Amino acid sequence: MASKVIHAIYTDDDLLLQAVKQVRDARYHIAEIYSPFPVHGLDKAMGLEPTRLAIASFIYGLIGLSVAIVMMNFIMIEDWPQDIGGKPSFSFLQNLPAFVPIIFELTVFFAAHLMVITFYMRSKLWPFKAAENPDVRTTDDHFLMEIDASNHSVEELSKFLYDTGALEIKLIEN
Amino acid sequence: MIVGAIGLVYAFIAAPDTIEDVKEMMAADEHHGSEDVAVVENDIHLANPEHAEDEHIIAEEHAGEDAQGEMAHGEEAGHDNEHYEHLLHQLQNKPWAAVYVAAFFFFMIALGTMAFYAIQQASQAGWSPVLFRVMDGITAYLLPGSIIMFILLALSGMHLNHLFIWMDPEVVAHDELIQNKTAYLNVPFLLIRAAIYIAGWNIFRYLIRRNSLRLDEATDDRLHKTNFKLAAGFLVFFLVSESMMSWDWIMSVDPHWFSTLFGWYVFASMIVSAVTMIALVTIYLKSRGFLEYVNDSHIHDLAKFMFGFSIFWTYLWFSQFMLIWYSNIPEEVTYFITRIDDYTLPFFGMVVMNFVFPVLLLMNSDYKRLNLFVIMAGIIILCGHYLDIFVMIMPSTVGESWFIGIPEISALLMFAGLFVFIVFSGLTKAPLLPKRNPFIKESKHFHY
Repeated sequence: MASKVIHAIYTDDDLLLQAVKQVRDARYHIAEIYSPFPVHGLDKAMGLEPTRLAIASFIYGLIGLSVAIVMMNFIMIEDWPQDIGGKPSFSFLQNLPAFVPIIFELTVFFAAHLMVITFYMRSKLWPFKAAENPDVRTTDDHFLMEIDASNHSVEELSKFLYDTGALEIKLIEN
Repeated sequence: MIVGAIGLVYAFIAAPDTIEDVKEMMAADEHHGSEDVAVVENDIHLANPEHAEDEHIIAEEHAGEDAQGEMAHGEEAGHDNEHYEHLLHQLQNKPWAAVYVAAFFFFMIALGTMAFYAIQQASQAGWSPVLFRVMDGITAYLLPGSIIMFILLALSGMHLNHLFIWMDPEVVAHDELIQNKTAYLNVPFLLIRAAIYIAGWNIFRYLIRRNSLRLDEATDDRLHKTNFKLAAGFLVFFLVSESMMSWDWIMSVDPHWFSTLFGWYVFASMIVSAVTMIALVTIYLKSRGFLEYVNDSHIHDLAKFMFGFSIFWTYLWFSQFMLIWYSNIPEEVTYFITRIDDYTLPFFGMVVMNFVFPVLLLMNSDYKRLNLFVIMAGIIILCGHYLDIFVMIMPSTVGESWFIGIPEISALLMFAGLFVFIVFSGLTKAPLLPKRNPFIKESKHFHY
């Protein structure tokens, strides 16, 4: 299937946000947007689903919490009982204050690292992966909007995009 | 003016009810106190709580036995009179301490709000100006609240109660540790310091409020800049004076004990209660149709502060607790031993209320926008921080004779009534929108 996409380049994030709203109002389909930095409110303007990363992160935090508790209990209480702070009670609960910093750190550690890994996997990023963005300027100071043009008149769409403030409009056929 | 009748009527209903209520209660309670002691003297149902140090073991052995009282009585006959006198003092302290805790709690909310307000001014925050008049309303309680605190301290200084044992010359005469501290801990100096803090806070509050009102009528933004400088000045003064205030007014009820973190810890309690109160008042006014420019993004931001400061409080609480627990130095650790042994439920209960509930209720971003969740979390946080102050004051003033009963609840209600009355009448005194604030447009359109 021959797919046609139009690449429209903008130079300002506010302009881009405005254009995204207009394009969506005109019922064109935005396939992707490449931006050098996260634009506040762009996800909502594009109508993307809210991220589920927060839920994942909460679950990872709970995993970290349990791992830390089990680990500290095994290390300090069961396997080699330690006299903590001159209080040889050898009970997990009574020594809990000493474990709290570790439990906290591991919770954060698990949540943060697993969240980043999840994010990379979800966005299909890995080391040495070839860059996907079609125009190197999107890593500097330009914004690129990719619009699906298969079922639309290219002329009309280009005109429309030009009116939304696009600096450059390119038709890509592949 | 705009807020109008509803808030006031509500306040009036709340205030007289409870004030009268508590006056009766206070009167009744003074009798109650002595009756209680009489009852104790007959029944001896409390074996010997206050000689815990040396007789703890004996008491434990007897715990659970029905005949405990009499046996203990036999053994401890010599101690009894001394003990009852002690208990009597504790019970006499009880209504005072209850009033003191409640007075401090609401005073602290007003002061914390003032600090939060000054932070907003000094940081030139763009989201919050629509809430400035709400904060102004809450800080209206600062003057009456601080005067009440001053009066309570002065009454303690006149030996009408025994909240501060270092004020008692007899105790000091037998206590070398306190003797060494008398250069700082003496009644005139305490009152002078209190007067300085109170005067400072109220002057700053008065000037900032006045400038904010005048700014509405002004033609340029000069007063806004003045307020910026005043707010910055207030914060510097506040951080020093707040810390010393917490030593003077709270830490000194237990004059042997000290914690270098205490000022911060009280500050954390203060600011989280203040933000919670701002959120609750805002939601209430919004539900009555005022504050038309406040949207759920403002509530969201307040809830974020509630969430963040709750964690901040826990962090400081735990820092203080863990270091003292771990090092186990007798003169420091007694503070927590009394709290854990005698105040198990409020001590751990408040940690749960101030940490676990806010974290779980307010963690979700969407819940922070729902008034229901913010109110639920807010009420839990406020109760939790009341308990926090309760656990700071009570162990050193009433010892094991604590109970959250009529004096505590009615004192709390009385100050709640007074607080609500003053705050809502303060809210009526000015339009609820600071219309000339340079950031007001940004704040109206604030959207997250």
